Amino acid sequence: MSIKINILTKSLWAYHAATSPCNNCDIEILDVFTPRHDVERFGIVLAGSVRHADVLVVTGVPNFKTKERLKKLYAQAARPCFVVAVGGCACGRIMFRDSYNSPCAVDEVIPVDVYIPGCPPKPEAIIAGIVKLIDKIKGKK
Amino acid sequence: MDVLFSYLVFPGFLFSASAGLFAGWIDRKLTARIQYRVGPPWYQNFVDILKLCYKETVVPYAGSRAAFLLSPIAGFLSMILVVSILGRAIQSPLESFAGDLIVVTYLLIIPALAVIIGASSSNNPFASIGASREMKLILGYELPFVLAMAVVVIKSHGALNLGAIINRQIAFGPHIASFSGALAFVVALLCIQAKLCLVPFDMSEAEQEIMAGALVEYSGFPLAVIKLTKALLLYALPVLLISLFWVNNLNLPSLIVKYFLILLAIILIKNTNPRLRIDQAMKFFWGPVSFLAVLSVVLALIGL
Repeated sequence: MSIKINILTKSLWAYHAATSPCNNCDIEILDVFTPRHDVERFGIVLAGSVRHADVLVVTGVPNFKTKERLKKLYAQAARPCFVVAVGGCACGRIMFRDSYNSPCAVDEVIPVDVYIPGCPPKPEAIIAGIVKLIDKIKGKK
Repeated sequence: MDVLFSYLVFPGFLFSASAGLFAGWIDRKLTARIQYRVGPPWYQNFVDILKLCYKETVVPYAGSRAAFLLSPIAGFLSMILVVSILGRAIQSPLESFAGDLIVVTYLLIIPALAVIIGASSSNNPFASIGASREMKLILGYELPFVLAMAVVVIKSHGALNLGAIINRQIAFGPHIASFSGALAFVVALLCIQAKLCLVPFDMSEAEQEIMAGALVEYSGFPLAVIKLTKALLLYALPVLLISLFWVNNLNLPSLIVKYFLILLAIILIKNTNPRLRIDQAMKFFWGPVSFLAVLSVVLALIGL
């Protein structure tokens, strides 16, 4: 395992991309940074700008407007950039599948690395998902 | 060879950047403890810098490429010069050259100017808001900061080099022990809070309102250079305050304790204050802080 990957997994900066969610997943994502779960222990911080980000944390089911924004955001991020889909909507657009304003799921717009299902997923589940992402980056199964 | 060593290794880039990154970790850790969190491990800031060096560098299509990429490096190089001059002055006070206090004061503005130039050349609306706020903030804090320096110069009987100021304090007691010196120290402490771009004066990089402000378009290596410049500032400014106001002797332990006390004051101010609006910050610096600075100059002139 190269040192490059090792240091990348020790300082993942997350950008929170909300593509028309109902805000429950966003609250759970912010819970991960609060004293109880404190992921800054592992070097994970929220980045203000997508240029600084290593991980794109996507919530919600894209509609016609946010689909374009999401595509743009992913193009603007500096490589390597990983994508985590948080919540049932971002993973497979659950009950919005046949909705008139839901053109596609997140993984039809940008490549998703890790799916974290749940409505909303608990902070523990999100941390477990991040651990899976780190394992994936390191090339473990 | 000797010059190159002191510029690049000790007391220049390598030593100062490590010290600054470590001080940055103390800041993060204490902030976390104040918020009942655990906080990152001690090597976190070093890892962040290394990671940013490996990341892709994105240059905005509509921006000016040369100014965007070169301005962080200009700020970085001038900061290395500042820490080398400061370190040499503390190492051997008799060797410092005449007027290096003025040189240091000028060079300390360059990182802020570099941020403004870089942000303006990135052609991003958030960055230009951040740049304009940074510009106003410079206009605000430079006046009281220079007045606080003037107090030191008056109290050292017109000595303009750091070595002479340090020697005078070793001979006649630190400037902070007098009324005017203590007032000027408080003024300078508030000014370095603004120079470091920390809360309550971080409106140019306000994450919650204008994303990352002036740094919004930076990524990869230039961002790492900017973070290193900030680490150097976090090391250089408290050391400058110590050498101007608070030298009893040049023992290493006493210098380190003083550095940590000033760092602690900065971190506590950062954690107990909300962000000011830019107009409030201007009123603050041009009102009470400038008044205090002028008062301390007057006190120094009448010999208190």
